[in-house]
Amino acid sequence: MTADSRIPARFAALASEGRRALVPYVTAGFPDLETTVPLLRGLADAGADVLELGIPFSDPLADGPTIQYSSFQALEAGTTVPAVLDMLRAFRETHDTPVVLFTYLNPVVHYGVDRFCADAREAGADGVLLTDLPVGSDPEMEARVTSSGLDLIRLLAPTTGFDRIAGIAAEATGFLYYISRTGVTGARETLRDELASEVVKLREAVGLPVAVGFGISTPEQAAEVAAIADGVVVGSALVKTLQNDGPEAAVAFLRGLREAMDEAVPGNRRAR
Amino acid sequence: MTVETLEAPTGRFGRFGGRYVPETLITALDELSRAYAEAKEDPEFGAELCDLLVTYVGRATPLYRAHRFEEVVGAGPVYFKREDLNHTGAHKINNAIGQALLCRRMGKRRIIAETGAGQHGVATATACARFDLDCTVYMGAEDVERQALNVYRMKLLGAKVVPVESGTRTLKDATNEAIRDWVTNVEDTHYIIGSVVGPDPFPRMVRDFHATIGQETRSQILEAEGRLPAAVVACVGGGSNAMGMFHPFVGDEEVDLIGVEAAGEGIETGRHSATLSTGTPGVLHGAMSYLLQDGDGQVAPAHSVSAGLDYPGVGPEHSWLKDTGRARYVAVTDDDALAAFHELSRLEGIIPALETAHAVAYMRSMGAEYVGRGPLVLCLSGRGDKDVTHVARVTGDRIG
Repeated sequence: MTADSRIPARFAALASEGRRALVPYVTAGFPDLETTVPLLRGLADAGADVLELGIPFSDPLADGPTIQYSSFQALEAGTTVPAVLDMLRAFRETHDTPVVLFTYLNPVVHYGVDRFCADAREAGADGVLLTDLPVGSDPEMEARVTSSGLDLIRLLAPTTGFDRIAGIAAEATGFLYYISRTGVTGARETLRDELASEVVKLREAVGLPVAVGFGISTPEQAAEVAAIADGVVVGSALVKTLQNDGPEAAVAFLRGLREAMDEAVPGNRRAR
Repeated sequence: MTVETLEAPTGRFGRFGGRYVPETLITALDELSRAYAEAKEDPEFGAELCDLLVTYVGRATPLYRAHRFEEVVGAGPVYFKREDLNHTGAHKINNAIGQALLCRRMGKRRIIAETGAGQHGVATATACARFDLDCTVYMGAEDVERQALNVYRMKLLGAKVVPVESGTRTLKDATNEAIRDWVTNVEDTHYIIGSVVGPDPFPRMVRDFHATIGQETRSQILEAEGRLPAAVVACVGGGSNAMGMFHPFVGDEEVDLIGVEAAGEGIETGRHSATLSTGTPGVLHGAMSYLLQDGDGQVAPAHSVSAGLDYPGVGPEHSWLKDTGRARYVAVTDDDALAAFHELSRLEGIIPALETAHAVAYMRSMGAEYVGRGPLVLCLSGRGDKDVTHVARVTGDRIG
């Protein structure tokens, strides 16, 4: 649908090889503005297939304590929308890994939706995920995003009704992001028992790849999800590692997830 | 023309309102909209709500002519709609009782709420005690300190009070935390939002539960004066008492609707909560509305001596009333509100809530504009008992 986005191509390539996508999230500008670009490069080299780059917002009401903290720190450090777009431009000088800008609506509305989409595309973004713009909430604004050529990544929740899923799948491009449980972002010790059957049903019902996120925090959990979904999103656990142990540890953590996923899904093994 | 006829079917007020929330909440909002629509049509629901408002809340509240304050204003006659005489001491109980009834109807057993001054928290805790519902109230840590009395009242009523340490530690952050709880526990929990804010259907539902304020006022002033007021005045944080008062008068063009925001330490200092007076449209807590924000679309910290007005957003219907010119919004500083708090206590024997004191202070200045133009009505939205310790602290007085 969106010829310029790298996301469908990446998922198509993975599917043809029977592999699963690893999708890390990081908050841009955390812990400081200088860390983000080298970190993105490190994550891409460690086996990330799609990068979610968070534009911090003062009131992250869908996020748990880890992403809240990283968002407040990033804002304290001076992170702005233009600064995040600059980071993306710098990353694009060396890497073609697909990037999704992940944020809340208000910074985008304030920047100007059309201007944001145009500048994001120019900077090298492939998609945008707006946590507080659910399907159908603002058709005019949603159309402005999708017509810009960016993939508008849609979230599905365990509470989303089956009739609504069809509508969301019809509107979405890129991939669908399935929220593994009700709640905010944040690491959890266990995944819900129902998750596997929900994802199986969802993948049967929709034509797009399905990535699963929220609460995935260990290599074992990443492997478990890789066995059932097209992609694995990891956010809070990665940001927490970055916060506690620094960028190198974060990259090593992601590499561990990659290896666990490759073990779990034989086609996922890469020659490295 | 009534507000209903101007409302877009999608829960919008012109370009404002809407449902800008995480996907996880959409099903719950659909459910709530349906349950509310059914309840509105159900005579039994209406009868039970009405009975509770009369026998438990103490409605109708009086419309009182404030003769001594009227002399200060120099226009009028001046009337107070005595919402401070409701059970729990403010208008908030109208909505809390209404939503608790609705919650019981939906079969949910757990209630969450956010609170600023603590009045909505107390009202919700009260309704939950009355209906045997589990109650958790989120309150900014700063507000927990300045409204200690209400915190204790909530605990006495059996509620759990959770101090919120994130962000600015006030109402905005308490609302974030309540929404996070709701996203997590949506299947068995109802969120009794405390103002005409949040995603649809909350702004219109909370307004409807408070519209009894304006409906009573309308018939009371017609009985007392034989005419509609020249102006109705109410304080605006999120804007629930103002919306309840304004709503039945929106179609009466001759009635001026005046909302009074908190100018804090002065608009020019940047330390204020005057969202409609100085903000720009944005999205916070699920709705498009006016918002205090910085140059990068980050929500700016609000400030007011009054915890209930200390909020950088405002109800979307107020944004719409502002843009259409139907209502006008002004702002009053901390100092003027404190002076009005003291003055009204001595003139009328009514200690107003600090929130309400902002409206009192503005009405005090309306004489020149409104002399000879007819009755003026102030929504006396709450009583000031909760503020006594805080006022003593900020004015340097000692209690006892």
